[in-house]
Amino acid sequence: MIAPDVGGGFGSKIYLYAEDVALTWGSKQINRAIKWTSDRSEAFLSDAHGRDHVSHAEMAMDKDGKFLAMRVHTDANLGAYLSTFSTAIPTILYATLLAGQYTTPQIYVEVDAWFTNTAPVDAYRGAGRPEATYLLERLVTRCGWELGLGQDEIRKRNFIREWPYQTPVALQYDIGDYEACMTRAQELAEVSGFAARKAESEKKGKLRGIGYSSYIEACGLAPSNIAGALGARAGLFEAGEVRVHPTGSVTVFTGSHSHGQGHETTFAQVVAARLGIPVENVDIVHGDTGRIPFGMGTYGSRSISVGGAAIMRALDKIEAKAKKIAAHLMEASDADIEFAGGEFTVKGTDKKIPFGQVALTAYVPHNYPLDKLEPGLNETAFYDPTNFTYPSGTYICEVEIDKGTGEVKIDRFTAVDDFGTIINPMIVEGQVHGGIVQGIGQALMENCVYDNETGQLLTGSFMDYAMPRAEDFPNFKLDTVCTPCTHNPLGTKGCGEAGAIGSPPAVINAVLDALAPLGVKDFDMPASPARVWEAMKKGATTPTQQPQEPSLTASTQGRPAA
Amino acid sequence: MYAFTFERPDTLDNALKLVAGGAKPLAGGQTLLASMKLRLSAPEQLADLGACKDLTGIRKEGDALVIGAMSRHLEVANSAEVKSAYPALADLASRIGDRQVRAMGTMGGSVANNDPAACYPSAVLASGATVITTKREIAADDFFQGLFTTALEDGELIKAIRFPLPKKAAYEKLRQKASHFPLVGVFVAQFDSGVRVAVTGAGNGVFRHTGLEAALSKSFTPESAAGVAIDDSELNSDLHATAAYRANLISVLAQRAVAKALG
Repeated sequence: MIAPDVGGGFGSKIYLYAEDVALTWGSKQINRAIKWTSDRSEAFLSDAHGRDHVSHAEMAMDKDGKFLAMRVHTDANLGAYLSTFSTAIPTILYATLLAGQYTTPQIYVEVDAWFTNTAPVDAYRGAGRPEATYLLERLVTRCGWELGLGQDEIRKRNFIREWPYQTPVALQYDIGDYEACMTRAQELAEVSGFAARKAESEKKGKLRGIGYSSYIEACGLAPSNIAGALGARAGLFEAGEVRVHPTGSVTVFTGSHSHGQGHETTFAQVVAARLGIPVENVDIVHGDTGRIPFGMGTYGSRSISVGGAAIMRALDKIEAKAKKIAAHLMEASDADIEFAGGEFTVKGTDKKIPFGQVALTAYVPHNYPLDKLEPGLNETAFYDPTNFTYPSGTYICEVEIDKGTGEVKIDRFTAVDDFGTIINPMIVEGQVHGGIVQGIGQALMENCVYDNETGQLLTGSFMDYAMPRAEDFPNFKLDTVCTPCTHNPLGTKGCGEAGAIGSPPAVINAVLDALAPLGVKDFDMPASPARVWEAMKKGATTPTQQPQEPSLTASTQGRPAA
Repeated sequence: MYAFTFERPDTLDNALKLVAGGAKPLAGGQTLLASMKLRLSAPEQLADLGACKDLTGIRKEGDALVIGAMSRHLEVANSAEVKSAYPALADLASRIGDRQVRAMGTMGGSVANNDPAACYPSAVLASGATVITTKREIAADDFFQGLFTTALEDGELIKAIRFPLPKKAAYEKLRQKASHFPLVGVFVAQFDSGVRVAVTGAGNGVFRHTGLEAALSKSFTPESAAGVAIDDSELNSDLHATAAYRANLISVLAQRAVAKALG
């Protein structure tokens, strides 16, 4: 399989589609290469869709707003038939995230999954985590409003502050600093000036609202044995091979495919920094199963934390062997060799040799301990993480709503994320930008609609399925906080999905804040002008809108119905 | 896209011969080419009108502006003649679709296609313009006949459109977020004889709103437009908006267009 440049995946390219199987079989039958192109219309109809939940959630609080217990019932659409991860998304990747950043001691979650007439629903940038974050962050903001507390205050009163933290929904968070993210976000968002900006909007006949979202993410699904116990049929490790050439340059073979995220840059930086060699002396190879060790790929914001960690483990082996070669060359004991800045030194002496000399010696082993050590400098490692990594952050969105048309304009958007160690800030910023855009797209305009009568997909082209455009956004204000991940060699956490996870509830909370004076308490995505206008009208006539769903007490609470 | 042959006649006579022989006229192609790509349309031959010099040009004729059918949106938007004589029309053209559409799409193409959500038909109708074809002259009130239907006969091509110049005019629209066609667009034009108001995007095709016209002829103010109740019973409901919402937009956009026209 050779797939060097496949373009953005966002989930939809992980799955085994029927075409993959049919085409491979067909190619075998005629013993010839086959070219096949899926066109845009076909992709709309048959690519897996994302996010389709109807949920009912309740939170119990004490009089100070401290969360006591949460109860959730979710109906999840799986589509007409199962896709690769269909059942995992609304269960282990959704329910386990419902503790969020909070110390809620009791959480009960019940998920019913349904077959329907839609395209299969599977992982889409965030995969279960955006659904969980949307539900929780909407609920938390609502809890604050019910008690007359600010959106920041209700969160601060419930933040987890001790690590590691065992949630009641299986996950154990290793580290974070939720209040630091919120404080920085509030500064960047200039929250203190909100009241003045709101008054200014009102003068123009517009409604202004502010929305918070403090998300938690779980990246780098792991470990393999737990996933296996939960029914997964694949490992969750990653592989990396580091081949040091006689010239001292390095080629790295990684199982983490790059869909355009810039692995060639980020991974090369990691290797160059570790070996003390110029970054241009590092080549990254991916996307060719004939050349790379068996790997698992790129998904779930895992590439640097799992794929990068595998490369780090291979580099550990490289360093250990190189030290033995250096020890031999400098006639010292292995234990006395130190390696830093691309040079091997003997502890307590001024003896040193550069990395390149060791590399050459490995392949021209004339002065070499051949009796104890194989020639060559080429190591492979497989890394299976012991836990997820847990990026987190606080997003603050400010919207302005046109009272006449219901149009929602994102006026300000601030995101402060904790991704642990950051290797390449520009690439990380790009990931956050893209994620936020996808999240706001979901919150304001994107929607798959099927005809009620015929079951036909109505949003079958970009004439009807609204993709966000650059003009729909302000410049985002971004910053990061760093609490390094405690259990992988780089301290990294994963940044690919955070923007898409954290942003939708921030937007809808802002819309609800703006519409609050009209009595609107509930709103479902997307906040298209027509839907916002309808909410404004209903809000004016019926001050309290409650969801029409049956209450949770009618459910079986997870037990078989009598 | 299915296979087809492509001709590029350099005179209107040659174009008419090709069209009489069954060729589909191509006037910018911003709808036709997309529908061919989707295989919703499969002409065997295209006759690109882009080289017909007799279909271009923008000129003042007495109290009217005559715009060649193959004038691209960008040309209309940037024309000094249109900007000074009919700024609302230049403004409308400058906001059609996106940059690519404006660089390729033409006024004649848009008007002949009569998409129920196109921008130009509202200007043509609200201006009481005249569509000059290869056979005759057709008043805007007679030209637009609902959903992709016009008074054009087979083999009849639009040569130019003659716009009387209003005292004041403006166009306001709310874009449908996916296509960027107007969800609703309202063009108001004030003449000595009264005010004409044309609405696009809301119904089966562009239409005049007599209630708004009567009120605005009496008093050309946003408040006057706001006082008109908009009946939603004939308006579209689809996945983007309900008829009630479209009725609201007609009212809101009419008020804003009047405010804009007043400056």
